Amino acid sequence: MPKITFAAADGETRTIEANIGDSVMETAVRNGISGVVAECGGSLSCATCHVIVDEDDFASLPPMEEMEDEMLWGTAVDRTGTSRLSCQIRVTEDMGLRVTLPETQV
Amino acid sequence: MSENGLLIIGSSQAGVQLAVSSRALGYAAPVTLLGDENHRPYQRPALSKDFLQDKITKESLIFRSQEFWDEHRITVVKGERIEKIVTTPDGTGTAWSTSGRAFPFGRLALTVGARARRLDVPGAGLDGVLYLRNADDALELKARTAGAERVVVIGGGFIGIEAAAGLHALGKRVTLLEFADRLVARAVGAETSRFILDHHRRAGIDIRLGSAVDEIVGHGGKVRAVRAGGEEIAADIVLVGIGVVPNTELAEEMGLRCDNGIVVDRHAVASDGTTLAVGDCANLPNPVPGSPAGERVRFESVNHAIEQAKVAAHALIGRQGEYAGIPWFWSNQGDLKLQIAGLSSGYDRTVVRSPADPLKHSVLYYRGDRLVAADCVNVPLDFMAVKQALTKGVTLPPDAVADPAVPLRSLLAEVAAPDEGNQPA
Repeated sequence: MPKITFAAADGETRTIEANIGDSVMETAVRNGISGVVAECGGSLSCATCHVIVDEDDFASLPPMEEMEDEMLWGTAVDRTGTSRLSCQIRVTEDMGLRVTLPETQV
Repeated sequence: MSENGLLIIGSSQAGVQLAVSSRALGYAAPVTLLGDENHRPYQRPALSKDFLQDKITKESLIFRSQEFWDEHRITVVKGERIEKIVTTPDGTGTAWSTSGRAFPFGRLALTVGARARRLDVPGAGLDGVLYLRNADDALELKARTAGAERVVVIGGGFIGIEAAAGLHALGKRVTLLEFADRLVARAVGAETSRFILDHHRRAGIDIRLGSAVDEIVGHGGKVRAVRAGGEEIAADIVLVGIGVVPNTELAEEMGLRCDNGIVVDRHAVASDGTTLAVGDCANLPNPVPGSPAGERVRFESVNHAIEQAKVAAHALIGRQGEYAGIPWFWSNQGDLKLQIAGLSSGYDRTVVRSPADPLKHSVLYYRGDRLVAADCVNVPLDFMAVKQALTKGVTLPPDAVADPAVPLRSLLAEVAAPDEGNQPA
């Protein structure tokens, strides 16, 4: 099963077995990862599901589209080189993703 | 403290957030999250958007897993409609449902939301006159859509336009009737209304402004047409989206002050000094910094439900929470992604940024020289820059924002950066 590891800003980590086809955001929210807010429910409108992907994993993800890239310029904590909006990352079969959560999303 | 804990009536966005935030803040007593629908707590916004078009499943609308509720000791109750609440002066009491169940509580929260305003014309009760507020409405609309060819949408607000765009994309012949002289008049300015109108007309939706519906015409008990302004427009189904009415009946029976919603203070506490009211049903002091004193608002938005619920959770544990950020709204309408930052009410000046791309549009609103809001269509960069400016309490100079070639983000960096030359050493 695909596994997503969420590292909170304070260092606490949780690994969640994810469902293929869900987004990383849905995986986080349904399981109560509080560092992911996702106000808009995944419609790419709010940029409150910002995650910083581990550098080793970043290149393995499909590239982001322009709209996501634009939204990332408005995150509450400034984007880094491996920032993504987790609503736009689909869980795939062999995924073993590690992401760090920003200190705040709002 | 009573062992009965917190009873939250209404398990949509506000209720869910209040339950979650109360636990996050360390509230230890039992929490019951009660809803009158036979569904697990779910998100509404997509009902008129991706869900209507079968782009996402029911499961993806569910807020939290059952494991989450169990782990956080939040009891979720489905399908119970509360009809009577009795409270004592200390805030404890009991709520009774129509099925006769009693739900005693130590503290009560009303997150009862709003309901679709009903159309009041002859024929409004005909089979095929539909509304879109909750999951059952959406499921029925989807089921009826399959066999329908011609759809008349009554109301050119967010729900009406989103549904019209979605149904049009599904290949339906859609006519949209709006009573006012422009679309979404309550939420956006005239420039944005016109942009939205032009786009959807070009896309092929027949939109008629200033159109007053006289009657829904039926045949054999079923909808056949809509008569408006003396003209009959054939319809297999009619979707009504003419706004919502806050659900204040329970609060009124409890003797709580209500005025376009349940009147609460800035801590989300109602007039009895103990009951919490959050979300679409609440009428609150305008939380936007710099608002005129005494101005009150009622929001219908996800962002508000979340932020006010966090404030209410603080009140629950005897702390003062701050309403974070500034209100924002979104609406996805076919190819248009509309994002609104701030409240434009009271503006006296607009500046339109007109990018060359005909699918893009943004307008900034000013009260005097102060930036108060922006409507942005397919320009997340502008939306995000204005949202950040408003959150930081800074203004983007009106003369500078007009040039669409100048990124608002760079203007924001200029006005927000401290002038280092003037900083004390």
